[in-house]
Amino acid sequence: MSLLKVKNLEKQFGGLKAISDLSFSVPENIIFSIIGPNGAGKTTLFNLLTNIYKPSAGSIFFKDKEITGLPPFKIARLGISRTFQNLQVFLNMSAIENVMVGCHLRSRTGLLASALRLPSVIQEEKEVRRMAEEALHFCGLSEYKDRPAAGLPYGLLKKLEVARSLASKPKLLLMDEPAAGLNDTETQELCQLIKRICESGITVLLVEHNMSLVMEISQRVLVLNYGRLLAEGPPEQIQKNPDVIAAYLGE
Amino acid sequence: MKRLAGFAIFAAVCLLLPVIFPDNYYVTVVGLTIFLNITLAVSLNLLMGYAGQISLGHAAFFGLGAYSSAILTIKYGLNPWLAMILGAVLVICLSYVLSRPILRLKGHYLAMATLGLGIIVHIFFVQADELTGGPDGITGLPTLSLFGVAIDSDIKWYFVLCSYMLLSVLFSLNIADSRAGRALSAVHGSEIAAQMMGIDTAKVKSHIFVFSALMAALAGSLFAHQQDFVSPESFSFFFSIELVTMVVLGGLGSTFGAVLGAFILSILPEVLIVFEDFEVLVFGLILMVIMIFLPEGLFVSLKNRAAMMLSKRGIGS
Repeated sequence: MSLLKVKNLEKQFGGLKAISDLSFSVPENIIFSIIGPNGAGKTTLFNLLTNIYKPSAGSIFFKDKEITGLPPFKIARLGISRTFQNLQVFLNMSAIENVMVGCHLRSRTGLLASALRLPSVIQEEKEVRRMAEEALHFCGLSEYKDRPAAGLPYGLLKKLEVARSLASKPKLLLMDEPAAGLNDTETQELCQLIKRICESGITVLLVEHNMSLVMEISQRVLVLNYGRLLAEGPPEQIQKNPDVIAAYLGE
Repeated sequence: MKRLAGFAIFAAVCLLLPVIFPDNYYVTVVGLTIFLNITLAVSLNLLMGYAGQISLGHAAFFGLGAYSSAILTIKYGLNPWLAMILGAVLVICLSYVLSRPILRLKGHYLAMATLGLGIIVHIFFVQADELTGGPDGITGLPTLSLFGVAIDSDIKWYFVLCSYMLLSVLFSLNIADSRAGRALSAVHGSEIAAQMMGIDTAKVKSHIFVFSALMAALAGSLFAHQQDFVSPESFSFFFSIELVTMVVLGGLGSTFGAVLGAFILSILPEVLIVFEDFEVLVFGLILMVIMIFLPEGLFVSLKNRAAMMLSKRGIGS
């Protein structure tokens, strides 16, 4: 069964078609990568999937339920989470608080109960803290949990975004260029992390420029060029595809 | 319990002061104004400091609470507590209806819209003189009584306003350290990321706007009874700005920052009277110096420095 299905998706910015007539589906429990030259529409596609941009046409289905046009917070509630290419960490909070925000969907106390600090709130706080520590541990961030996010280096902030997303227990995780700006060791760690995420039962949709990373961990690869689908298939096939080679290297 | 240690000390000091200095002008007279200002600053900080949504119209809700109490008790003869509750309900409804369209705006535009709200409400107080008494205001409110005890002296008012202030500080501290508080900080940090974590940002902003307005309205009702007089002057645009200054001076996003900011801004004019004609000049100068050297606000900057010194000493030993 496919977890995510995109049908004839289209996005137009003025005269520019950033995405045109794009259809594909993502099976459950795999690492599915989206690659393409700069400006191919990869991040636009992520923004369409999470409805940060409204599609000009077409539809998106998640677990066979149409999610086109749902506000982002409702999409998150269905089990889709994402990380951002240009980091969107809450820099006004500590590392663990960032991840505790990720637990928002798994907890429920409201403003008034919090103001009165009812016993249920104290109980839930403990639970949320434990869940957040678990996610931090999974991403190897345990020792930084009480540090202010604003003081952490770039590589750790990228991991922190992943931990925050994982804390929401998504079914599908969209990762937008997680390896950008990382050195070789950090990229290797990231590679292992993404594999472990997938093994834990989360489908990963990955936008990435680092080809060796993509080819190593993906089960399927989709190539975008000028907003159109150029090719889709297992990584070995994609690497040999003449159209893909032409798009990347020029004729 | 460690979480509330600071609050416990603060509460103890506030409650003991009038026992130790029963006839001190600064305690029993200026103290009342300080408590009201702290409550207002703390409530504004929930919106501005935590959720990052500026409001230049906070005095409007303070005024609506005060006028509701004055009008409903004097013109309609209602019980003061009932009038207070009706005023609160009015403010809840009004702020809720306004919150959705207003809080869709960001930054300067939000500042403009809330500024407009404050000015409109102020004009209403001045112009609707059949109801509000116009620029002269309204006087002659009935005495408020609590459990059969009439609150009719400065010292009694001290404990009433002090209790309400402490309650608002406690609520604010509780919210900061909770799921709701983290949602507010998340909206402040990155609205898009907050949404992706499943937070309904429009709802969160609207709820805290209403909550903060409600706290201000109740403070307004108490103010009206304590002063036994309301006039538009107390709820002008300038007072809204003063409240914003309190929050920023103490340090955005810190409950005790708002407390300290409100305290300083309320007590300074009293202390600076010695400078006579130069009072306002010195006042402005002090604010400028604080903001230049402690840009994160007095409380937050000093707290950070103390924490840094402690951690350095920890490494040394």
